[in-house]
Formats: sequence, structure tokens, C-alpha cells
Amino acid sequence: MIRSPHYTPKHEAFREAVRDFMAAEVVPYFAEWQAAGRTPRELWLKAGKAGMLCTKMSPAFGGGGGDLYHSLIIIEEQTRVGFNELTFYLHSDIIAPYIELYGTDEQKERFLPRMARGELVAAIAMTEPGAGSDLQAIRTTAVSDGNDYRLNGQKVFISNGQVGNLICVAAKTDPQAGGKGISLLLLETDGANGFVRGKNLNKIGCKAQDSSELFFEDVRVPPENLLGGVEGQGFPLLMQRLPEERLIMAMSAVANMEEAVKEAEAWLAVRGGIDGARAKLADCKIKAKIGRAFLEDAVDSFIEGTFDTTEGAMIKWWTTQRQNEVIDECVQMMSVDGYRMDNVVTRRFADSRLGRIAGGTNEIMKDLIGRSL
Amino acid sequence: MSRSRLPLTESHEIFRASARRFFESECAPNQRVWEKDGGVPRAVWQRAGELGFLCPRVGENYGGFDADYLYSAIVAEEQARAGVVAPALSQSDIVAAHIAAYGSEMQKRALLPHIAAGTALGALAFRGHVTARREGQLYTLNGRTDFVVGGLDAHFVIVAAEAGDGKTLFVVETGKTEGLAKSKAIKKLGQAASGTVDLVFEDVRLPSASLLGEREELSAAQIAARLTEERLLAAAAAVATIERAIRITTEYVKERRAFKQRIIDFQNTRFRLAEAKTEAVALRIFLERCLREFLEGRLDASDVAALHYAAADRQCAIVDDCVQLHGGYGYILDYAVARMWTDGRLGKILACTDETVRDIVSVRA
Repeated sequence: MIRSPHYTPKHEAFREAVRDFMAAEVVPYFAEWQAAGRTPRELWLKAGKAGMLCTKMSPAFGGGGGDLYHSLIIIEEQTRVGFNELTFYLHSDIIAPYIELYGTDEQKERFLPRMARGELVAAIAMTEPGAGSDLQAIRTTAVSDGNDYRLNGQKVFISNGQVGNLICVAAKTDPQAGGKGISLLLLETDGANGFVRGKNLNKIGCKAQDSSELFFEDVRVPPENLLGGVEGQGFPLLMQRLPEERLIMAMSAVANMEEAVKEAEAWLAVRGGIDGARAKLADCKIKAKIGRAFLEDAVDSFIEGTFDTTEGAMIKWWTTQRQNEVIDECVQMMSVDGYRMDNVVTRRFADSRLGRIAGGTNEIMKDLIGRSL
Repeated sequence: MSRSRLPLTESHEIFRASARRFFESECAPNQRVWEKDGGVPRAVWQRAGELGFLCPRVGENYGGFDADYLYSAIVAEEQARAGVVAPALSQSDIVAAHIAAYGSEMQKRALLPHIAAGTALGALAFRGHVTARREGQLYTLNGRTDFVVGGLDAHFVIVAAEAGDGKTLFVVETGKTEGLAKSKAIKKLGQAASGTVDLVFEDVRLPSASLLGEREELSAAQIAARLTEERLLAAAAAVATIERAIRITTEYVKERRAFKQRIIDFQNTRFRLAEAKTEAVALRIFLERCLREFLEGRLDASDVAALHYAAADRQCAIVDDCVQLHGGYGYILDYAVARMWTDGRLGKILACTDETVRDIVSVRA
């Protein structure tokens, strides 16, 4: 339930469908996926069938025609069941909108319906060994050979790097031009010569998320796969989706702290608490309450069109920071049980550490907020 | 950013502007003098009364103007915004709210118009231990109440006494009640103008007409309802204080230089202020949500307890950071942040202790 004048019974009905999907198609299997380090393609096909993908996309392309709440509901419900690392949002809410909002008509027709059905699983390849939050420093190039682009370079930490078969690659089409030389190229990986998936990185948490290295060696990309058909648009496009991504991360953070607190409280009720557990619990609940009020207000602002970069940075920094503090206390309250990976709180602890790093580190967030002083 | 989602009208804004003028021009410049004197001249209270700041929610026939709760919040907020510690106008609001809610018709007529006009000052004596023994129509009070804020100048106090199973509230005149002794003003860490005293009750005999509402044992829910109002005002003041500390400190670090650059050019400065500003935004949003829910009659007690605790706690932490960013000057009491550091520490203690609030949140939420 999200408290807002914009939140309707239709959204709540969608939430029920998401819960059913999580219970039937995710919860029974996710331990297996975590062991495998990735989600299977079948999950994406099932999700497509059940209307869990591309919920905001126009029905004309096979999408759900929904709004931000649909994205938030999915992230909230997957977090509730303890599967933080599911990357539907990346596919549906970050990458599909790039194509739907900025792609050519032909690109929309070619990619969007297959994305909605889960036949194409999308990844976005921005980060490189030498360029993380500082995107302008990327070194991957896409230089035209007269007919096609030739893609050369290396990416790292790419989510959906193993399962993905549509990679949106940030590369410099003008290597001399800094940020203005960055373009986005849509690469279908099936049969792409010179494309190699590297290591699936062994992370602290988010085990089923296939954060991978990707290598491009003279990979041929036809010019009609240049997103939007115009070079040099990559950097501003990538910046435009960030506030929304930060709201989604904030939703995950808030749901994660709320659940961890409930789980720790239930544990305390059975096992009895350590000294001062009640005060700790209260501190955690207070942070979660403020976090939810903060998030819901930010979502309202987003829907009303007043949400800006500073607010995006504030909500992302605050919620992911507090999330770690709260879940750390929950681990502490549960004593050694808080250190076992078969305990969902322990996994939340490990998974949520990523929140302060991903989507622009929290130091970058503070830098952005600092500029508004 | 932080657009208000409160149902504020033009009248609220006119009222706010008037409060801002009063605090900025008639109170803020005199804070040091009043601290030295240990109190605020009576005329200042009366001036606040003329302007309608003392108990706006009370009905018109009792001297108020039947205002909604936001008017009370505006007074608390503007007072904090101007850095005015004394006179503590919210106190008259809360005292009047007790009388308006539970008082008998006679008590309301006798007290409310004078509270509204600033000619009668009241204080709450809820801390400590006082017992009330009933004999016929007479009650005998024994015990002491600690730390009665504003008690030095108060004409009357509302005392919470143990009678039988529960708390009973009495209205006691402080000037001419035999057996009631007032201590000298307590020397405190800050808030030197707030005239805070301990009260000792030794066989204080009161007629049953002194019972608030002339009835025994107000229910816990009734006392909690007033506490919610008090907490909201305290939280509104805390949030405004945080915003003021950030404002003052941001100005300071833009002017002050060290190692050939402005203090704000150090990343550490920007990070700490960015964190503080984000906390302020989050708290304001939560405050406004609680105010809206309070106006709609559906505010949960654990939410207001959470808000109060968080606002007071963050106020102390952020003001402490602001002292740090001022360097040595932050330790000098001529600087606003140093005053905020000493004056503000009481917020985390008053109204109820941290631990009590945390109990409410951990049990009820």
C-alpha cells in the first residue's frame, strides 16, 4: 500500500497479481538461482506472460500501460519476499523507456514487443574498469567502418550480463568528444561475433544477479541499432532516467528495512531480546517510518512533475544509508542467527550494501546535494 | 523542493508573517537581556496576546479565535525560526488546551481570557511525585514537582497528582496557596530566560473546585491527546531549528576562509551540510504528514512519538555538526550555533524522555 492521492484500487489489484507471481514463480526457486548466480530465461518468459515486464510501456507495443506505481509495486513485493536482486526494473523501467522514449519508430517495433514478452532480456552496459559513476571517462568505442559500427572495449558490473540478449552499450562514437561523444548502441547478442561474456562476478550479496564482465572485439553493429539514430545523445539520455531509478532504489530500501524490522521483531518475540533491544527496535522503526513518508512524498512529487535531481539524490542517499544502519541493527539484535545465510535478514544485510554504491555512489549523491547549498 | 502539502490558506500566511515580524523584531534582539534578567517582561507576553499568538485555538468567547491547529504550529515554528527561546509561547497554547479541553465552565471563564491576553501565565507541573488525599470536599496535596518550565513567573500551575489509581489534574494558584513553595530559578545549561523552578507541596489544601474539570482521574487517553499536541509543536520547533542551523552555517562557511579557500569549498563541509539538509527535508515531510493526519483526526500515537524523538535527536546531532563547522567560533556563546547547542539540548529531554518515546514506538508501531 502506498499512501497517495494518485494511488488507486487498480494499483492494489496489480499488487495482488505481483504477490501471486512472486509466490508461485519466484519464491520456490530463488535459492536455486542464487546458487547458479543468475536467473533463467524461463523466468523472464513467464514474467512476460504474466504482465510483470514493461508494465509502463504503451499497450501498442505490448506493454502494461501503467505508471511509476507499477514499477514500485514490483520492487516492493520482490523485496518483501527477500529477493532483492531481481532485475525486472532494469529491463522494464530503465532500458525499455530509453527505446520507447528516444528510439526510432523502427527500433520500437523491432525491440519493444519482444522485451514485453521476455524474449529479449535487456542489460545496460555503462560501467567500465576505469569508469564507474564517472561515465564520461568510458573508453569503449563504436567507430563506423563506412557501413557498420565496430564496437571495441570492455564493460564490468553489468547486471543481466549472463542472461541478457539485448545489450544497450554506452560507447564513444566520437572518442575525442568526452561526454558529448557518447552514444547508445543496441546489440542483440545472438550470433554477434566478437562479443564475449566474461566472469560472472562473485559479489557480497545479490547472488542471483549476474553482474558480469563483457568484452567487445570488433563487434559489428548496424547503424539502425544506434538508439534514436543520432550520435552523441547517450550521456544526456542516461542522465534523464536517473531520478526515476533513484526512486526505485529508495522503494527497495524502504521495503527492505521495514521487512527486516518485522522479521527481527518476530524473532525477538520468540527468542527474547538482548539488552536494549526495545530501544534499538524503536530506532529502527523510526527510521523506517520517516523513510516511507519521505519516499511517498517524493513519488507524489515525481508524479506531479516537480521532482528534481537534488531530491533524487536526497532520497537515494537517505534511504540507502538508513537501510544499512537499520538492517545492521537487526542483524545485531538476532545475535548469531543474524549471521546465517539461511536467515533472510542476513541476506538483506548483504544484499542491501549495494544500495549505497549502485546508481551513483552516495558520495556522488552528497556532492549533488552539496551543489544546491 | 519541500513544497508544503498542508492545507494552508492566505489567513495562515498573514498570521505567519505577523508572527515572524514579532519574533524577529520584538523578541530576537532582546534574548541576551532577558537571559541576564532571568525572565521576560510581562509586557512582551501581553503584546503576544494582543497579536493573537498565545492560544489561537481557544474559542472566541474565551479570548481565542477558534483557529485550527496549524496556527499553533505556525507560532512554534516561527519562534524557532527566529531563534527565540523566551517567551515560550507554545507553553500558553498547551496550558490553554488543557483547560479548554477538560476545564469546567467556571475555570474556562476565569483563566482562558487572561491566558489569551498574556495577563495570566500558566505552567505544567507534571514531573515528579505529588499525592492527593481526599477528605470530603477537600484535597490535600503532598510531594514535589521538578523542573517546572516557566514556573517562576506563572500565576498558576496544572499539577498532576496521584489520587487513587490514576493521575488527577489540579489547577493551583502559585501566589497565594498556603503550603506551596517555589524554588529559586534553576541554573540550567541553556534557556536562561525560561524561569524554571521546582515546586514543593506541603499539606496544600484545595477545594474540589480546583480539580481540572472538577472531576477526578482524567483518563490516560485524554492526557495522551494533549501530549500529542505538545509533541507536534515541539517537533515543529525542532525542524525549524534544524533549518535555521543549516541556514546560518551555510552562510558562515561561504564567507569564512581557511587554507586559501572558502570553508564550503572543502568536500567535507559540503557532505556534512548535504546530509543535514537531507535530514531536514525528510523530517519536514514527516512533520507535515503528521500534521495533516492530526488535522484529519487519524494521527497514530506511535507516529507522533517517532517524529518527536527523531526531530529532537537530529536537532542535537545537526546543531553539533554546525558547531563543528564554525570551528572555534562555534564554541563562543555570541554565535547563534553555540546558543542553539546549549538551548536545544533540553528538547531531547523535555516533554518526555527518549526512552519513554522509544517504548511507545517499539510497542505500538
